[in-house]
Amino acid sequence: MRQEYTITVYTENQVGLLNRIAIIFSRRKINIESLNTSPSEIESIHRFTIVVNETEDVVRKIVRQIEKQVDVLKAYFNTNEEIVWQELALYKVPTDEIAEKAKVERLLREHGARAVVIRRDFTIFETSGHREETDKLIEVLSTFGLIEFVRSARVAIIKHSSGFHDKLKEFEEAEPRQPLASQPVESQQGIFSM
Amino acid sequence: MTQPNAMATDTILSTAPAAASTAPSPRTLTGAEAVCEALIAEGVKTIFGYPGGAIMPIYDALYGYTDRLEHVLVRHEQGGIHAAQGYARSSGRTGVVFATSGPGATNLVTGLADAMIDSTPLVCITGQVFAHLLGTDAFQETDVINITTPITKWNHQVTDAAELPTVLAKAFYIAASGRPGPVLIDIAKNAQVQSFDYKGYSQCQHIRSYRPKPVVRMRFVEEAAALINQAQRPFVIFGQGVILGRAEKEFTAFLEKSGIPAAWTILGLSALPTDHPLNVGMLGMHGNYGPNVLTNECDVLIAVGMRFDDRVTGRLDKYARQARIVHLDIDPAEIDKNIKATIPVWGDCKETLPLLTALIETKQHNTWLQRFRQCMSEETEAVIQDELNPTGEVLTMGEVIRELNECTHGNAIIVTDVGQHQMVACRYARFNESKSNITSGGLGTMGFALPAAIGAKYGAPHRQVVAIIGDGGFQMTLQELGTIMQFGVDVKILILNNNFLGMVRQWQQLFHGKRYSSVDIESPDFVALAKAYRIEGATVSKRAHLATGVRQMVSHPGSFLLEVMVGKENNVFPMVPQGCGVGEIRLR
Repeated sequence: MRQEYTITVYTENQVGLLNRIAIIFSRRKINIESLNTSPSEIESIHRFTIVVNETEDVVRKIVRQIEKQVDVLKAYFNTNEEIVWQELALYKVPTDEIAEKAKVERLLREHGARAVVIRRDFTIFETSGHREETDKLIEVLSTFGLIEFVRSARVAIIKHSSGFHDKLKEFEEAEPRQPLASQPVESQQGIFSM
Repeated sequence: MTQPNAMATDTILSTAPAAASTAPSPRTLTGAEAVCEALIAEGVKTIFGYPGGAIMPIYDALYGYTDRLEHVLVRHEQGGIHAAQGYARSSGRTGVVFATSGPGATNLVTGLADAMIDSTPLVCITGQVFAHLLGTDAFQETDVINITTPITKWNHQVTDAAELPTVLAKAFYIAASGRPGPVLIDIAKNAQVQSFDYKGYSQCQHIRSYRPKPVVRMRFVEEAAALINQAQRPFVIFGQGVILGRAEKEFTAFLEKSGIPAAWTILGLSALPTDHPLNVGMLGMHGNYGPNVLTNECDVLIAVGMRFDDRVTGRLDKYARQARIVHLDIDPAEIDKNIKATIPVWGDCKETLPLLTALIETKQHNTWLQRFRQCMSEETEAVIQDELNPTGEVLTMGEVIRELNECTHGNAIIVTDVGQHQMVACRYARFNESKSNITSGGLGTMGFALPAAIGAKYGAPHRQVVAIIGDGGFQMTLQELGTIMQFGVDVKILILNNNFLGMVRQWQQLFHGKRYSSVDIESPDFVALAKAYRIEGATVSKRAHLATGVRQMVSHPGSFLLEVMVGKENNVFPMVPQGCGVGEIRLR
């Protein structure tokens, strides 16, 4: 069954790694729904968050291919139940129209949004949340002449993850003490891993 | 010939070599000199390459290292990388290639893809335009890093000379460790000429983001042993992992204790001697009858260092459905990729095989083994005897290989190209020693054999090297005759000429209603061509002259080209037609 999976990848900060990871998907004609790269909880280690709509079997194979890359430390994949995630959205609307016709404060409160910029000619609202939530505000603001809309990639935290500090220590040892990366343990406390 | 240098320091493929580091010496080197120092520290003796504008500083430095580094000037960069592949495959060491930027680098692409899919350790060094010109469409600038990303295990661009010693150490470590593969290092010209404070060279032992091999989990080894001990009809299929892991002895010990019949993939060929009583032959599309049919009758299938390629499995939903599968592989991404493993034994088979051998019972499977022998008799009657001892007028490829076996006694390194001759050679050539079968398996690169044979000779200078090539494939890289001439490389070239692109013709005959579309290929006078390169040669078109011809080629001092005119429309059988299961293999 195809469903949304969020892939979390811890990597070295290497030029060209984004391409190396992206082509693992494109070679198999798999569409990336959303991709975010950012620093992680550890300095110098980067974190990719990739969302795809695929079957678990396909995702597991993809994750193994990602983890095989020399500059990748670890890759996880999770269903939406196993993560907490957010996307950020920005909306630009004409100030006169919104001020005239909308009950702005109530609207913002209902959608967990806030005004980032208010100018005479336009106002920018910002909200974050799941796709459906940010979509809903588009609907509402369309009636007030929505000028521009943009949404960020998903960022996600794995609920049961204890972070990467301990893992990194193990990776830094020349000889692994225990089975590490690439082990066929598929599920531990809700975290899918290899 | 310019004798290739004796064995270089052995860089072991899958286990980290002892740290070799040059004493820290506070001296100034150029980036280009640091490249040469790195190669020497890694035990490299031979480089295959071709100079050009963006790599000139490295060639300039090389001029000062000619006493320690031999450079083989090939005639095309594709020839260079295939030669390095042949070198790596015959020696078990990492092959090294130099090429310039732009077209020099793009000419490496086919060889990189070939080395990637066949897990061959290579370090390719390409020149690149000055860093300040990157992205300006400068002369001979091409984005080689992005072009080669999907076909390298790792690649990296260097724009600062100080980075070179650590980057090259990583390159050699990554190329040879774990599941080997090609690495490309692209060095901007400014980094080659830049002088820097050289602090010596230390081999790389560890990269924190890179686990060359998974840690062996004893639980799976135990489960695998239990499964094997219960099996009534166990069957081993093995691939190049046995050779890359240098686990031939461990593998043979496992087989002999378990008494399990074993069949090989095309890249596993020669890991187990042809004569071994448990060697039951070749798997796959043109493999032997028994190994294919009985894959669908075994109860436990033990795959060692192989990746269930589609040419081995045929239709997946008709492949070994009845069997429980034990899969030993060093690359976790191969487990469950094509075939779901019942027991995944992750790890280097040099480590896992002895653990498994210790836990299995000593057994014989004579009745089961007898099934393979029966299948072999059927195949012999239907295919093999007519192929090896034909009564018809035209020469067969099989009888040429039989004659060759009689001259080389299975001791030669056989390098094959791609097509019918490749299948026939792999089916019938005999092997006593590992690392003796060199062919382009995964990518199927026509034009591979001639340059790969050159490299194979450098990698194993004391062994006889015979390149078996079709008339089509030979014409793809025949420029490397120039390399053979200039360096006096002693390779025997055996062209099996059927005046057709035979494998494609066979498919057109069988599956496209004999519509022979663009497979009729004319050839030059190969013997005259060889003569032009000062290489002796002969042509044989009659059976009466075959044995003499082959003997003349094998015993000739130095390189020799023998062209044998074989039947135009002979087919390779058995065959598992595309889209069929291995059980549907056709004998005729």
